[in-house]
Amino acid sequence: MTKPAPLRPKPDGAGSSVQLLPLSELPGPNLAMRKLPHPGRWLAAAVVVLLLAVLVRAFALGNIRWEIVGEFLTAPVIIKGFGWTMLITIAALALGVVLGFGFGMMRLSANPVLRYVAWFYVWVFRGTPVLLQLLIWFNIALIFPNLYIPGVVDVKMVVVMTPFVAAVLGLGVNEGSYLTEVVRGGILSVDKGQVEAAHTLGMTPGQTMRRIILPQTMRLILPVLGNSAVGMLKFSSLAATIAMTEMLNAAQRIYFINGAVIEMLFVCALWYLMGTSVLSVGQFYLERHFGRSQGGRA
Amino acid sequence: MSAPIVKTVGLRKSFGPNEVLKGIDLEVTQGEVLCILGPSGSGKSTLLRCINHLEVPNGGYVWVDGQIIGYELRKDVLHELTVKRLRAQQSQLGMVFQHFNLFAHRSVLGNVIEGPMVVRGLSRAEATERAMALLDLVGLAEKAEAWPAELSGGQKQRVAIARALAMEPRVMLFDEPTSALDPELVGEVLEVMRRLAASGTTMIVVTHEIGFAREVADRVVVMIDGEIRETGPAEAVLADPKDPRVRSFLGRVLARPAECDA
Ligand SMILES: Nc1ncnc2c1ncn2[C@@H]1O[C@H](COP(=O)(O)OP(=O)(O)OP(=O)(O)O)[C@@H](O)[C@H]1O
Ligand SMILES: [Mg+2]
Repeated sequence: MTKPAPLRPKPDGAGSSVQLLPLSELPGPNLAMRKLPHPGRWLAAAVVVLLLAVLVRAFALGNIRWEIVGEFLTAPVIIKGFGWTMLITIAALALGVVLGFGFGMMRLSANPVLRYVAWFYVWVFRGTPVLLQLLIWFNIALIFPNLYIPGVVDVKMVVVMTPFVAAVLGLGVNEGSYLTEVVRGGILSVDKGQVEAAHTLGMTPGQTMRRIILPQTMRLILPVLGNSAVGMLKFSSLAATIAMTEMLNAAQRIYFINGAVIEMLFVCALWYLMGTSVLSVGQFYLERHFGRSQGGRA
Repeated sequence: MSAPIVKTVGLRKSFGPNEVLKGIDLEVTQGEVLCILGPSGSGKSTLLRCINHLEVPNGGYVWVDGQIIGYELRKDVLHELTVKRLRAQQSQLGMVFQHFNLFAHRSVLGNVIEGPMVVRGLSRAEATERAMALLDLVGLAEKAEAWPAELSGGQKQRVAIARALAMEPRVMLFDEPTSALDPELVGEVLEVMRRLAASGTTMIVVTHEIGFAREVADRVVVMIDGEIRETGPAEAVLADPKDPRVRSFLGRVLARPAECDA
């Protein structure tokens, strides 16, 4: 057996030469300073520039008619489609947040029935593909031909369940099942002392939840919500499969006619990037607002 | 002799098989300052938390100024109170925690006005006016707009005291209010507590600050293994404890250099 290595590195070991300056040789205070060079960064930059050049060349010489991209970028159908995309995104996200907070709180309720209901919701909607859910909502009239609540509404389901409504329900309810778990985790991570302090002041569970726990949960789950918003914008393209004329669907209808497949897809890509960028900016400001107390234990 | 305001009757608490409080009988009178001493794990925090029902006792009960905490007595049966009524009782017992527990998302002023606004329904203006007076009392009026994260430990604890006082409690409970502080910050908190005591506030203080107990407490109890082993005026208990285990505990504590003559 070999002896264990000594804990301390040997002085003057390879690659660790130490400069020894006797006190008598110390220079004055006004010395020029030189930063450590970072060759790795320069190398990385060179590689990136090279790759970009290759890509740009491929796109420029490839079989893409850029004038068509430019033409359709601002075409009314596309802009209208993008409007629907944004509308679905915002409505579904709002629904998801409401459901997420509602079921998230139920998951931690003292009432066991509420706990099981919330657990079941997550189990069903997180456990099946969102595309499948979308199709089921769209075809829900096959199970419930009429939307009938005594004294409130009584209409044919096919009238209510438009592609837009189905898209918002499908995406929102699915997102809610993810956010339920996020909210639950957020609530659990709030320091127990905060809750005890609220109780000793005489705050009821509802007041404690609204005024102490949820605001602190917000700060913790906002990064996830930002992610959800961006994801939702992209998943809204699934609504194209249920004949919702959101942007991707509109683009597909155009390229079935003019054959400019890659061009129309690029138009969509540019709009999606625009949308997600705007959402990221919004997220930045929201996070700054909720992070202003700089968190931490109080 | 003034009237009793807090009384615990045969208070018992277990965590699983671990019996932490073994029948505590304690009486505190109006305006009295009671210090609870005892080794770590003897059940001091648990006793305080049972008094304000943060922990639900397994046996016995707590009486505060005419009410049994958490229950209503009807025909020799204790009926559990609704949460709302329990909270109303709890707001009458101000609690100061070892780790402050200031609301992280509220400013200093926001922490102090939270209870009066939400629980007692005061207007923001009225709550703010009274909160500023309390912040002035603890010497932090100029920090009203600061966030808790920007304060020193001693400042946080003084805000926490102001927050508890804002509910105008009948009794103030302190659970090792200076144990989480750097030694040089202990004095400012003890000073505020000393002033409170002088103004006639009823206080139950769990502490390791023997100097504070000696100087401020009207009475000291020593807890060991979930029982009160010694009770009496600070001087008598500290100078001549009868119980051998109390003697050895105090011997250990008093041997330590005093860190508390602020
Ligand atoms: N929530 C809990 N769950 C389980 N056991 C607990 C809980 N709280 C306290 N205990 C146990 O009860 C006993 C007494 O704890 P307590 O905190 O009351 O002691 P203490 O006298 O305040 O000690 P210290 O001086 O260290 O604060 C300990 O053995 C502790 O492990
Ligand atoms: Mg303790």
